[in-house]
Amino acid sequence: MILHELIDYSTLKLIWWLLLGILLIGFAVTDGFDMGVGTLLPFVGETDTERRVAINSIGATWEGNQVWFILGGGAIFAAWPPLYAISFSGFYLAMFIVLAAMILRPVSFKYRSKRPDPSWRNGWDWALFVGSFVPALVFGVAVGNVLEGVPFTLDRDLRMTYEGSFFGLFTPFSLLCGLLSVSMLVMHGGAWLGLKTDGIVAVRGRRYGTVAAFAALVLFALGGYLVYSGYVEGYRITSEIDPNMPANPLFKKAVIEGSAWMANYSTYPWMMIAPALGFLGTFGALIGLQTRLEMLTFACSKLAVFGIISTVGVSMFPFLLPSSVQPDASLTVWDASSSHQTLFNMLVATVIFLPLVLAYTAWVYKVLWGKVDEATIERDNDTAY
Amino acid sequence: MELDIVSLSRLQFAMTALYHFLFVPLTIGLSILLATMETVYVMTGREVWKRMVKFWGTLFGINFVLGVATGLTMEFQFGMNWSYYSQYVGDVFGAPLAIEGLMAFFLEATFVGLFFFGWDKLSKRQHLAATWAVAMGTNLSALWILIANGWMQHPVGSEFNPQTMRMEVTSFYEVLFNPVAQAKFVHTVSAGYVTASLFIVGISAWYLLKGRHIEIARRSIAVAAAFGFASALSVVVLGDESGYEANLNQKMKLATIEAMWETEPAPASFNLIAIPDMEARDNSFAIEVPYVMGLIATRSLTKEIPGIKELVERSKDRIRQGVIAWEALQKIRAADDAGQTVDEAVRNDFVINQHNLGYAYLLMPFAKDLTKATNEEIDAAAWSAVPNIWPMFYGFRIMVACGFFFILLTGVFFFLASTGKVEGLRFKGRWLLHVAVLSIPLPWIACEMGWFVAEYGRQPWIIEGMLPTHAAVSSLSVTEVLLTLAGFVALYSTLLVIEVSLMLKYIRKGPDDGGEPEAMPARTGGMSSIAAE
Repeated sequence: MILHELIDYSTLKLIWWLLLGILLIGFAVTDGFDMGVGTLLPFVGETDTERRVAINSIGATWEGNQVWFILGGGAIFAAWPPLYAISFSGFYLAMFIVLAAMILRPVSFKYRSKRPDPSWRNGWDWALFVGSFVPALVFGVAVGNVLEGVPFTLDRDLRMTYEGSFFGLFTPFSLLCGLLSVSMLVMHGGAWLGLKTDGIVAVRGRRYGTVAAFAALVLFALGGYLVYSGYVEGYRITSEIDPNMPANPLFKKAVIEGSAWMANYSTYPWMMIAPALGFLGTFGALIGLQTRLEMLTFACSKLAVFGIISTVGVSMFPFLLPSSVQPDASLTVWDASSSHQTLFNMLVATVIFLPLVLAYTAWVYKVLWGKVDEATIERDNDTAY
Repeated sequence: MELDIVSLSRLQFAMTALYHFLFVPLTIGLSILLATMETVYVMTGREVWKRMVKFWGTLFGINFVLGVATGLTMEFQFGMNWSYYSQYVGDVFGAPLAIEGLMAFFLEATFVGLFFFGWDKLSKRQHLAATWAVAMGTNLSALWILIANGWMQHPVGSEFNPQTMRMEVTSFYEVLFNPVAQAKFVHTVSAGYVTASLFIVGISAWYLLKGRHIEIARRSIAVAAAFGFASALSVVVLGDESGYEANLNQKMKLATIEAMWETEPAPASFNLIAIPDMEARDNSFAIEVPYVMGLIATRSLTKEIPGIKELVERSKDRIRQGVIAWEALQKIRAADDAGQTVDEAVRNDFVINQHNLGYAYLLMPFAKDLTKATNEEIDAAAWSAVPNIWPMFYGFRIMVACGFFFILLTGVFFFLASTGKVEGLRFKGRWLLHVAVLSIPLPWIACEMGWFVAEYGRQPWIIEGMLPTHAAVSSLSVTEVLLTLAGFVALYSTLLVIEVSLMLKYIRKGPDDGGEPEAMPARTGGMSSIAAE
C-alpha cells in the first residue's frame, strides 16, 4: 500500500513530535491536578470528611485522566520505539518507583472508604499521597536528566547499554526540575480544589496553591537561567541531516555544547511563546488564586503547564533523548521514529479517536459538574469514595 | 533456574502478567453481564435488576481497580526489561498497544466513573449507555492486546529492515486480521465470560444455600448460566480453532502440547495421558486416542503432523540459512561503512535467507563464531528450541478438562434456570449448589494455564522464529531485576490479599434486598417469567 506516501516521512516525524508534546501535556493537565490534589491531601484535609471532599473532587474522573499516562507509554512505543526502549530501561529503578507509586493510586481511591476504620483510611491517604507526590517528583527529575543528557551507548545492532546509576539521576539541576514539577502540579491541584470544592478545603487549596505557584515561578526562572548560562550544556547536530532519513540514530554526528539549548530561540524567535506562556500562566494562577475567579485561575494554571512543558520540547528540538557519553547516538526527531507507514497508520487512528476521546471526556465532566463540599459527602456517604 | 537477566526478566514478566490476568477475565465478563442486567432493568423497569447491577457492580469495582493498577506495569515493562525487543519490533508491536489506549482504555476508564457516580445524574438510558461503553472498552482492549500478542505468535505483515535493524510493518491490514489474533481474541474474551459467569453462579448458589437474597440469586443464576453456557461452548470451539492455527504456524508448540516426538502417519492419535522423558526424547508411557489429534490439528484424515524430532531437523536447516543471512548482513554493513557497494551475490544471500536471521541469533549462545559453528553446536541450538514438555502437556490438559466441565456445569444450571428449578435446589439437590460454589476458582486456573501454554509454548522465541527471548532483554544488572521482581511480588501480593478480603466482606454483606421478603417458597415458571418478575 502506498497510501502513507500521501504525507512526507519528514512531515510525519514532525507531526508525531507535536503529538508527543500534546500527549505529555494532556497527561500533565488532566492527571496533573489529580496528582496535585493527592499531594495536597494531608495538608488540605484535617478531618476524614475534609479529606473525602478533596478525594471526591477527582473521584469520578481520575481514572480517565490516568489513561493519558498509559497512552503516553503506548504512543512512545509506537511512534518512537528507540525512545521507549532506551528511556524506560535506562531509568529502570526510577521507573519502577513511579509504577509502584502509581499502582497505589487506583487502589487507594477505591478501597479507602470501603471500611470505616480510621487507621485503614489513614493508611490509604498516605498511599494516595505517595502515589501522587512521588511520580510528580520523578517525572521532573527524569526531564532534568533528559535535558542534561543520559549516559547510554548504542552498538551497531542498536543494542543499548546504560552506563549511569540510579543515584546518578539526582543532580542539582534534575532535583530542581523535580521540585518545579511538584510545585507546578500542586499549583494545578490547588486551582482545581478552588474550582471544584467549597468550604475550608477550597480555602486551604488556594493557600497552598499560592505557595506552589510562587515556587514554580522562581524554579522555572532559575532553571531557565542555568540553561541560558550554559551550566546545563546542550547538544547540537554537526552532520548533514536528511529529515527523510531511515530511523537509525547512528547515521548522524552530534556534539555537546554550552548554551546549545538556547540556539532554537534565535533561529525561530516565535518559540519564545513557550517560556512566555509558562511565566504568564504561572503568574496568572498566582494572582487568580487570591480571587474567586476560579475558572480563569484554573485556565491560567493549565496554560502554565502547557508553557513549561513546551519550553523543554522546543529548547531541545530536534533532540528527544541526548546521550552524554556517545552524543552521536542521541535520539532526535529525524532518526528515532517508527517507519513511514507506522507513523501514518498511527496518525489516522489518532485523528479518528482523539477527538472522540476529547468529546466524551468533556461530556462526562459536564455531567459531573458541581462543587463537592462536606454536605455532599454526608449526603452520598455510601456511594462516595 | 539460573539467576541470569534472561530468566529473571522472564520470571518478572510471567509474574506480572499472571497477576494481571487474575483480574482481567473477571472484568471482561462482568462488564458484559452488568450491561446485560442493566438492559433488563431499563426494559422492564423492575428495581430488583437495578439492585443486582449495583451489587455485582460493587464487586466489579473492587476487582476492576486491580486490573487497572497491574495493567500499568504491563504497558511499560516491555521498555524496562525488554529493551532490545522494544527497539526490534516497536514499529509493529507498539501500534496496537497505543490504539488500545486510544480506543479502549479511554472508553472504559472515562465511563466507569459515570457507572459508579452517575446513577442520580443521568437518565436511565444514559446510564445504560455508560455501562455498555465500559463493557465495549474492556472487550476492545482485549482485542488490541491480542492483536499485539498474536503477532508475537505469528509475525505477519512485516519484514526486517537492515538499515534500521528492526522489524517494520509492510501491511498493517495483515497485522490486524492475523488469524491467530482473531482466534485468540474470541477464545480469551469467552474465557473471561465463563469466569464471570461461574463467579456469579457460585456466589448466588452460596446465597441459595444460606437462604439469603433468593430473588437476586435466582435471577443472577438465570442470566449468568445462560451466558456462561454459550461462552463455555465458544471457549472450547475457539480453543480448537487456536489449535488449528497453531498447527499452521507454531508446529513446535503443538507437538510439545501433544508430547509427540515422532511424526505419526495421518491421522495422528491424541495422547490422553503421557509420561514424557526429556532425556530419552520419548514418552515412557502414554494412553492414546486414535485419530483425534489429526482431526483437531489438520481437520483431515490424511494430513501429517510433524513430530518434535522432525521439527528439530527443520530448525537445523533454518539455523544454517540464518547464518548465511547474518554473514551477508555483516558484509553489507562493512561495505556501507566503507562507502562501497556490496556484491549482488551477497545482497541476494541476505534477501533469500533473511527470514531465518532469527535462527542465527538462536545459535549465538552455543557458538562463538557463527560461521564456524560445528554440527554439535547447531544440534544443541536446535534442541534448545524445544520447550520443556511436562508443563506444556499437563497445563493444556488441565485447561481442556476445565473447559469441558464448564460446559457441563453451566449447561445444567442453564437447564434448571430455564425450567424454573434453580430455587428448588435449596431443598433438593443442594450438592449441586455446593459444586457451583467450589467451582468458583476453576476458571482462574484454566485462564492461567491457557496463558502459560500459549506463552511458555512460544519459547525460546519472543517473536516466533524471528527473535529469541535471550536476545531481547535490557542491559540491566541482576540486582536491579531482582529488586523490582521482589518489589512487584510484595506489592501485588499485599494488594491481592486486601482485594480478596474486601470481596469476601461485600459478598458476606450481600445485595440490598429492597425490603423484599427473604426466603420465598420454591416457584415454577421458565426463563421468560424471570425477566418479567
